[in-house]
Amino acid sequence: MAIDKPYLDIPGTTVFDAEQSRRGYWLNQFCMSLMKADNRERFKSDEATYLDEWPMTREQKQAVLDRDMNRMISLGGNIYFLAKIGATDGLSFQQMAASMTGLTEEEYRNMMISGGRSPNGNRYLSEWAGEGDSA
Amino acid sequence: MSARISASVYTSHVPAIGVALDMGKTDEPYWRPLFAGYEQSKAWFAEHTPDVILLVFNDHATAFSLEMIPTFAIGTAASFDVADEGWGPRPVPNVVGHPQLASHIAQSVIQQDFDLTVVNRMDVDHGLTVPLSLLCGQPSAWPCPVIPFAVNVVHYPVPSGQRCLNLGRAIRAAVESYDEDLNVQIWGTGGMSHQLQGPRAGLINSEFDQAFLDDLIATPTELATKPHVDYVREAGSEGIELVMWLIARGAMSDLDGGPPPTVRHRFYHVPASNTAVGHLILEN
Repeated sequence: MAIDKPYLDIPGTTVFDAEQSRRGYWLNQFCMSLMKADNRERFKSDEATYLDEWPMTREQKQAVLDRDMNRMISLGGNIYFLAKIGATDGLSFQQMAASMTGLTEEEYRNMMISGGRSPNGNRYLSEWAGEGDSA
Repeated sequence: MSARISASVYTSHVPAIGVALDMGKTDEPYWRPLFAGYEQSKAWFAEHTPDVILLVFNDHATAFSLEMIPTFAIGTAASFDVADEGWGPRPVPNVVGHPQLASHIAQSVIQQDFDLTVVNRMDVDHGLTVPLSLLCGQPSAWPCPVIPFAVNVVHYPVPSGQRCLNLGRAIRAAVESYDEDLNVQIWGTGGMSHQLQGPRAGLINSEFDQAFLDDLIATPTELATKPHVDYVREAGSEGIELVMWLIARGAMSDLDGGPPPTVRHRFYHVPASNTAVGHLILEN
């Protein structure tokens, strides 16, 4: 019998469960390597070569090169691991979060100052049906 | 003569709060209202500094990578270094532990059927140091020993609210069976509503957060039955950190027939970076 995953019905949200973790193991472990200053320097000097040291899929490597956070998450990345890439690039958590929403940094910051994204209309997949993004 | 838990403290542990403190930005208009909400708490803490803090937090892919993912981990070392999370270590003091009490709690709580991982080497990240900064300010050394208690809330499934509440009860029993007159506080950290990932990032749900604070104070047993999916849907994927508050709440004696705790302070503010900040002090 399949495991019940009610969280799959939440829009714009990927829960980092055991399945995602298995898919993203090397992607996330590559991110952990950026905790060391030497590795950050080596990565920045030649990203593609550094990525080739890791048994990641081609899609995962391309998503890193593109800094496509949503794609990295869909391929098994977890935000706390991916944040090491952001730190290497000198980005804050807020800049990283903004990059995933389709908003500019300023629009995102203003949304947060005005109380953040409302849960209304953002609870169930059906509420996002037919939309490219949330309002 | 025995140790006792005198109070529980609850607070969010947003990394940007640590940055604001470390960079001297606390008087900026963006941050002033947040730090103002902790002024009373700092005064309370200065008057009620315990002998030991048991600080419940989560590691954010710092000490624990995907190589090993302990659900509950207790730090039994004599000291813990402040981690470099990718931006360089925070300029805060190292954390001095309490190996004797920590080992005692590990032994007692494992014998009460909770599978704790015993950790003798662990760097601690913003999850632990930001709450200390909020309550203690910027001292050259933390005012008392701290036992780090790390909970997995990153890799699903995370422990249920019920298990967290029961763990808190087991921790209180463990502390009260320690034969030394120690004043212990337990802190639960993380939350409140926030989501850091995906197109829904930036979610904040003040109504959920305020109800959570009400229920944590008055009806923790009912609150503990809230399923994970409700936290994720209503409070964001990272809002699940709130289950850690139930560990601290479970350690208050009213869960085992004592009088209800006294609310010393309650504070709520939006936003700190991506996050709703909540804070409570309950005296046992």
